[in-house]
Amino acid sequence: MLSKRIIPCLDVRDGRLTKGIKFKGNVDIGDPVETAKKYYDEGADEIVFYDITASHEGRGIFLDVVEKVASTIFIPFSVGGGINSVQDMRDALNAGAEKVSVNSGAVKNPDIISEGAARFGNQAIVLGMDVKQVPVTADIPSGYEIVIHGGRKHMNMDAIEWAKTAEALGAGEICVNSIDADGTKDGYELNLTRTIAEAVSIPIIASGGAGNPQHMYDAVTQGKATAALIASIVHYGEYTIPELKRQMSAMGAKMRMSW
Amino acid sequence: MLAILEYKAGNQTSVKRALDHLGIPNKITANPDEVLAAHGIIFPGVGAAGQAMEELAASGLESVLRKAIEQEKPLLGICVGCQIMLDYSQEGNTKTLGIIPGQCNLFNDEWKDMNGEPIRVPHMGWNKVTQHKPCELLKGISDEDEFYFVHSYFPDPAPEYVIATTQYGFEFCSIHGGPGLWAVQFHPEKSGRAGLRLMKNFYNYCEEAANAK
Repeated sequence: MLSKRIIPCLDVRDGRLTKGIKFKGNVDIGDPVETAKKYYDEGADEIVFYDITASHEGRGIFLDVVEKVASTIFIPFSVGGGINSVQDMRDALNAGAEKVSVNSGAVKNPDIISEGAARFGNQAIVLGMDVKQVPVTADIPSGYEIVIHGGRKHMNMDAIEWAKTAEALGAGEICVNSIDADGTKDGYELNLTRTIAEAVSIPIIASGGAGNPQHMYDAVTQGKATAALIASIVHYGEYTIPELKRQMSAMGAKMRMSW
Repeated sequence: MLAILEYKAGNQTSVKRALDHLGIPNKITANPDEVLAAHGIIFPGVGAAGQAMEELAASGLESVLRKAIEQEKPLLGICVGCQIMLDYSQEGNTKTLGIIPGQCNLFNDEWKDMNGEPIRVPHMGWNKVTQHKPCELLKGISDEDEFYFVHSYFPDPAPEYVIATTQYGFEFCSIHGGPGLWAVQFHPEKSGRAGLRLMKNFYNYCEEAANAK
């Protein structure tokens, strides 16, 4: 039976790990290759690297990091941030990533999903979506709206409809990030995660709000996610990945316990 | 030296990175002489079965592969490379290599997992591999170890070729073949230490086989 995955997310800026996008300023919290190696050794099931570099030079540095990671860890990893064209996808996959994650690039140009899936296979294309709860309207019947730019720009698109569209276009997986829950450490937005998981048949990654193993367990049971994305709870040493796995396993989730 | 078969439907570089990490001499090549001179061949594959078959035929590697098998050169097929070693794939209704009897079928997303939930297709993530007969590839690997899978179609070889199985909606064959001719549905190059061990086991088998000749 398939194990539930724990996926640490690393934000990379100018070749260094940094605090998440929502934090102001630029706080260096370590070397991405070393950190990826540490998480690999500790049993992470997959890793996400998110490029938050704005400049062209920064992109080159980021791809160098991806190449180094690919020669250091032997589990799948995906790359997100700045994926706006098939060429961007090809660059990331050639550098050694297993998958690419498209987010605002796909909102603006949904065809990038089908073009990427046709060239690299559905399994290589992850749709990342940032979602905010809003009052129910005719355009947003679920009350979950797609937002971009860290939640600053509302797109007037229903998250459930967007998930179904992305699946039909060929996305292999969807990472559902709740902007409301992100950074709260109060738990994932379970209703959102479950609603999307029930609307599509591709795997769902829950993102935003992880504060403890119970939250992660809830995401993969009540939330019907197959994977839980985490960031600060492991980056700042509140929990280690083996601890999270042991606790989730003790609660009854099927986890990969040998690595 | 191991040859990693170079054709357009392969994920050769991640296989190469894993072999390099293990210190195993290897080369990504489409050169028939190099392929046939290697002590063993890794045959990766990604994408669709039909496309992989077309690429193999167009590059002339299909006949090189058959020649290598005639010469009893050890071979390891990975993912789509594993699937197209069988006779036929439901994917695009494709006639495949027919090296091992059997066919490849699509997972049905109405099948239920052990919690009664419908399975999601593709089968993507880590899963156990239960060994049913002795296999040199699995030396030092326990039934608790897990491997990374990404696929929508699964191999269904003749029963005598089933080496190991995996549970996803039902029990499908995740390793098939026999000594020196193996096919694995998962990605050993992305399966952490257990996957690296399997690749090392394959290399050791190839070296022993070459020395015995």
